[in-house]
Amino acid sequence: MHSILYGFIGAFKLILGANPELLRIIFLSLQVSGSALIFATLLGLPLGVTLAWRRVPLRGLIMSLLNTGMGLPPVVVGLFLYLILSRSGPLGVLGLLYTPSAMVMVQTILALPIVASLSHAAIVKVDPVIRQAAITLGATPFQEVTTVVREARYGIMAGVMAGLGRVMAEVGAIIIVGGNIAGYTRVMTTTIALETDKGEFELAIALGIILLLIAWGINIGLRFFQRQGSVRSGVILWD
Amino acid sequence: MGLSLEVAGITKAYHGQPVLQGCSFRFEPGRTYAVVGSNGSGKSTFFRIAALLEPPDAGSIRYTDNGAVLPHDLHLRRRLTLLLPKIGVFNTTVFNNVAYGLKIRGRSTQEIEDRVNDLLITVGLVHKRRQNALNLSSGETKRLGIARALVIEPEVFFLDEPTANIDPKNTEIIEKIILNMKTAEKSTIILVTHDPGQAQGLADHVLVMDNGRIVPL
Repeated sequence: MHSILYGFIGAFKLILGANPELLRIIFLSLQVSGSALIFATLLGLPLGVTLAWRRVPLRGLIMSLLNTGMGLPPVVVGLFLYLILSRSGPLGVLGLLYTPSAMVMVQTILALPIVASLSHAAIVKVDPVIRQAAITLGATPFQEVTTVVREARYGIMAGVMAGLGRVMAEVGAIIIVGGNIAGYTRVMTTTIALETDKGEFELAIALGIILLLIAWGINIGLRFFQRQGSVRSGVILWD
Repeated sequence: MGLSLEVAGITKAYHGQPVLQGCSFRFEPGRTYAVVGSNGSGKSTFFRIAALLEPPDAGSIRYTDNGAVLPHDLHLRRRLTLLLPKIGVFNTTVFNNVAYGLKIRGRSTQEIEDRVNDLLITVGLVHKRRQNALNLSSGETKRLGIARALVIEPEVFFLDEPTANIDPKNTEIIEKIILNMKTAEKSTIILVTHDPGQAQGLADHVLVMDNGRIVPL
């Protein structure tokens, strides 16, 4: 009981004292997950839009893969990326294993299906009359797409927030490809795992509190976007 | 002069069910036409085809300007518009909804501001310019749709049931707007209505859609 109490006291001291080690780990986590999310959005949004907009060959298969990808076990993704990036792997020559870049790659792979699938769902839910209205007002094909994407913005943002939630809480995959190297690839979740193993709880609890606050913030953001995208007044744009 | 529209022998079927069976008519520039007909007679299908939203199975749609036949490209599409029965309000402010057609044409901020405000005054929505357009009543939404279409100064304006499902007050406002457009003679107005009285009151010519064909009354 004492160790828990002292753990929390120590954790609050680290947080309130803005411990440099704590801040560095938080910063690296945000940097890795933020970068992964940007890449996942840059790839996933156009993919979701294309699947919603056009009759793409193998569309059913791609959607099925994306939906499966939403529930991929992170350690399996980590394992496969490890095999690809390891010295004997096809991309081993790049020397990316145990670097933040590898962590960004694995988190991008984890977030991509979520962003793509939820963007697709948000776009197909937009009332077709929106697209027709854009056409009747003289929109070019590209302007039609941007108009519909803009209407789906809250659903798309909800997908991005869900992707962020997935990668921020992830530990299995990044520990495999990142290696949990102090001062280089050690992020919040991997530090919590390591410090708990060592029985040193102050830093683990401090990071746990920060992670919970971030998760709470993501949840608030998610709810905000879902609420904005839901029914407003009597005219329904979203189911 | 402005755009003339001539449709000839338009046919359209959905799932083997014929909807239009050889529609032919010439619409003169600056005139107002009302198309009446029972539900399912093909009025909306005709409008969608004439406004180049979808192709016919057979027949021709010829837009001419001073005798020159115009290709069915973006340039032509931007000279006409169709007010759909369901407006398709964008999830943004009333102002941004009306400004849409000008923004996608790359018009200046000042022009957009001036023209949109003028039209919002015309349709009686200027006091709601900053409100989200999804919060408007059905009558206000119709007026918004008309303002959004008028802002691009269409030379051919199709209105598909502009006063359906709205109260008498809003109907009166919309009829007044259409009459003002008719008097200005800047656009060819082609509207669908179920109300023969409204058709007679608003239009220079009343057409009947019967069995997938257009017949002058």
